[in-house]
Amino acid sequence: MNSVSASIQSDRQPMLEMRGITKRFPGVIANDNVSFDVLPGEVHTLLGENGAGKSTLMKILYGLYQPDEGDVLINGEKVSLQSPSDAIDHRIGMIHQHFMLVSSLTVAENVALGLSSTRGPITDLKQVAKKIKSLSDRYGLHVDPDAYIWQLAVGERQRVEIIKALYRDVQLLVLDEPTAVLTPQEVDDFFVILREMTSDGRGLIFISHKMNEVMELSDRISVLRLGRLVGTTTPQETTREALAQMMVGREVDNTREERPATIGRTALSINRLSVGGDRGVDALIDFSLDVQQGEIVGLAGVSGNGQRELAEAISGLRPIKSGSISLFHDGNPKPIGGLGPKAVREAGLSFVPEERMRDGAIGEFSVADNMVLHNHHSTRFSRGGFLNFGEIHRHSQKLVDDFQVKTPSIDTPAKNLSGGNIQKMIIARELDSDPEVLIAAQPTRGVDIGAAEYIHARLVAARNAGTAILVISEDLDEVMLLADRIAVICQGRMMGVVDRIDASREQLGLMMAGVTD
Amino acid sequence: MSDVITTTVIVATIASGIRLATPFLLASLGEAIGQRSGVLNLGVDGVMLLGAFASYYVVLETESIWLGVMTGILTGLLMGLFYAIITVPLRAEQGVSGIGIYLFGLGMSDLLFQKLVGTPLPIDQFSEWHVPLLSDIPVVGEMFFQHTPMVYIAFLLVPIIAFIINRTTFGLSIRAVGESPESADSLGVSVPKVRFATIMAGNALAGLAGAALAIELGIFQQNLTNAMGFIAIALVYFGAWRAPGVMAGSLVFGMVGAIVLQAKTLGLIPRSASDIAAMAPAVITILALIIVANRFRQPAALTKPYVRGD
Ligand SMILES: Nc1ncnc2c1ncn2[C@@H]1O[C@H](COP(=O)(O)OP(=O)(O)OP(=O)(O)O)[C@@H](O)[C@H]1O
Ligand SMILES: [Mg+2]
Repeated sequence: MNSVSASIQSDRQPMLEMRGITKRFPGVIANDNVSFDVLPGEVHTLLGENGAGKSTLMKILYGLYQPDEGDVLINGEKVSLQSPSDAIDHRIGMIHQHFMLVSSLTVAENVALGLSSTRGPITDLKQVAKKIKSLSDRYGLHVDPDAYIWQLAVGERQRVEIIKALYRDVQLLVLDEPTAVLTPQEVDDFFVILREMTSDGRGLIFISHKMNEVMELSDRISVLRLGRLVGTTTPQETTREALAQMMVGREVDNTREERPATIGRTALSINRLSVGGDRGVDALIDFSLDVQQGEIVGLAGVSGNGQRELAEAISGLRPIKSGSISLFHDGNPKPIGGLGPKAVREAGLSFVPEERMRDGAIGEFSVADNMVLHNHHSTRFSRGGFLNFGEIHRHSQKLVDDFQVKTPSIDTPAKNLSGGNIQKMIIARELDSDPEVLIAAQPTRGVDIGAAEYIHARLVAARNAGTAILVISEDLDEVMLLADRIAVICQGRMMGVVDRIDASREQLGLMMAGVTD
Repeated sequence: MSDVITTTVIVATIASGIRLATPFLLASLGEAIGQRSGVLNLGVDGVMLLGAFASYYVVLETESIWLGVMTGILTGLLMGLFYAIITVPLRAEQGVSGIGIYLFGLGMSDLLFQKLVGTPLPIDQFSEWHVPLLSDIPVVGEMFFQHTPMVYIAFLLVPIIAFIINRTTFGLSIRAVGESPESADSLGVSVPKVRFATIMAGNALAGLAGAALAIELGIFQQNLTNAMGFIAIALVYFGAWRAPGVMAGSLVFGMVGAIVLQAKTLGLIPRSASDIAAMAPAVITILALIIVANRFRQPAALTKPYVRGD
């Protein structure tokens, strides 16, 4: 009796209330009088375009930014969140859009960081590893506590982030695009974990650009647009289309025009490639794949099965052990394996890396400088060693406009852009260089639906213009939407290639799991 | 020629190499601690000079060597506090600030020396302390266990510092702050606090290194260190930011110095070549650096001030 009334009571009182939050940055109002709350045991989703202000609002909650106006209340009491440690003291956790992991440390060390030890001043990593193991068993989050972060694939890193939060037993967890890096199967498992967390009475704030996930997981959905709260609704009261329209302000249509590929000659040929991995085992074994001019080949697979190493090997960032990678010019093969990134680019290959913040952009540089990062020495942008700033500016402004990169100006440092807009910036640069061969790793990870639609259209346009495109994606829906042929990778081996017309999700799923018939 | 190189000579050379390595070891251990947390301190040599003068002066006045040692450490702490304030909350550029500290130490130590002492007077030196039992072992005892207390302190600090960095929660915070301050911050680790602590500790060791040098030589003069602090910085790279590596580097450096000295005394090096021989330790360090370079990566956040939310 008592407990029932207590739970009703707690249902009424939000565990978190943010009232009238305003946050300004030079040239933008990132949050404009936003009010937002979370009840115990609910998933409250924040939805909005790239740059709408979602991450900013969450960073205020986590003590990383101070609001210019507004209050934060935890369990009805006004709190001052000056730093993450204040937030942690209030049992708030956050999984950031960009990983917050120290790559030179192990999983256990990353989890133990900032916590007190059972052995006083001395670390108790064995103890920590044990607890990680029990958490990962209980929630099905497989990671090796002794592995170094730099050895882990993106999906595995995400699991470490989740474990960090579970380990700290947070009551309110912010998840800023946590599923952007997970495969469909991983997302299903992940949602099971999240449901388990809410059933314990924890509150979750969920940010995602994937509508199906938002509809599936949310109890309530709040939409931000240009820093303002447009409205709050529930999945029962709304539809995906209505939500998209609320976010973008127009109708969004992400279906692909059906136009058969006009296949040309082979442009990229990977022949019996073997590549070493970071953990002793070879990441790619005897892997072969051809991509022709004018087609998009999609490479599907569960995260961490050699996709990252393949992209690195093709782009010249990773040495190859045996086999070959060749680009073709007028039918003549030019081996590019082990040439190094600059030579590979000069041979006509463009590359959208998976970890764009690390490999694709320089945060301190302006948007304009990032836009010409790889061809600033071309005659178009420099003469006699001097940069042609006028041309760089014109060119960057055009790319920013075409790809709708939301930035106060092209002189803004790239690190000040929202996550999705950094992605758009790099994709704009790579697509614009009019490559003969384009490797795009997770091209729409973290971008909003409007931008995803645009990036897909650009990829298809490049294909129609004769570019050979390899899209490496853990998002099966994306692969099935874009690709003319679908290749599947599992544990570094090629599982087979199927035409999209003949492909079924079930068959691909089995291949991704390593089942051959 | 081989008849001059007797066991006695070899033992004496190794013992003197260890002795020569001591101030380098103290200073480079300190620098390594700072760099592990992402802070470069180019001012080591200046702090060493101030520490050397302060301890020299105190020993001269009080005739207490240990009081001199404490003063060296205290001087380092003071300089560390100053350096921490300008580089952590004020986010001054570390390269330039370090050079400023060096120039300040170089000038100030000489000025104080001229004003307070004038003509160099010798001070008391530590006498050797023979480790019971161990020092009686033939050859080995004489090489390793018949030294002044500063030598033992410096070499004992190697495992202690390695332990702190690798096995304690504080060491974990230091490593995290040096690699990815934003990750550390997001888990509630105070980046400024950690960096304050490492800068203070590192400078205390630089001050101690200066004290060790002045007391070892029993004298102070202008620019006593003769750029030893800069070599200590190079030794951190040589040692790949790890205490045992830094120790190995300091020993190589000390040994080469001792061999050159010994060869000179024995008349094995012609007078005309003695200037070139004096450069040998530096040249060898640079060669070693080139070999070691790129094997290990420096802390990713080295020299980068941390601003939350960037
Ligand atoms: N540190 C900063 N300095 C200046 N401007 C910033 C800073 N952080 C964010 N902004 C700006 O504030 C706006 C909101 O950014 P925010 O990161 O909150 O967007 P978001 O909704 O999370 O977008 P995404 O879906 O792309 O992650 C953007 O215009 C961004 O450029
Ligand atoms: Mg964001």
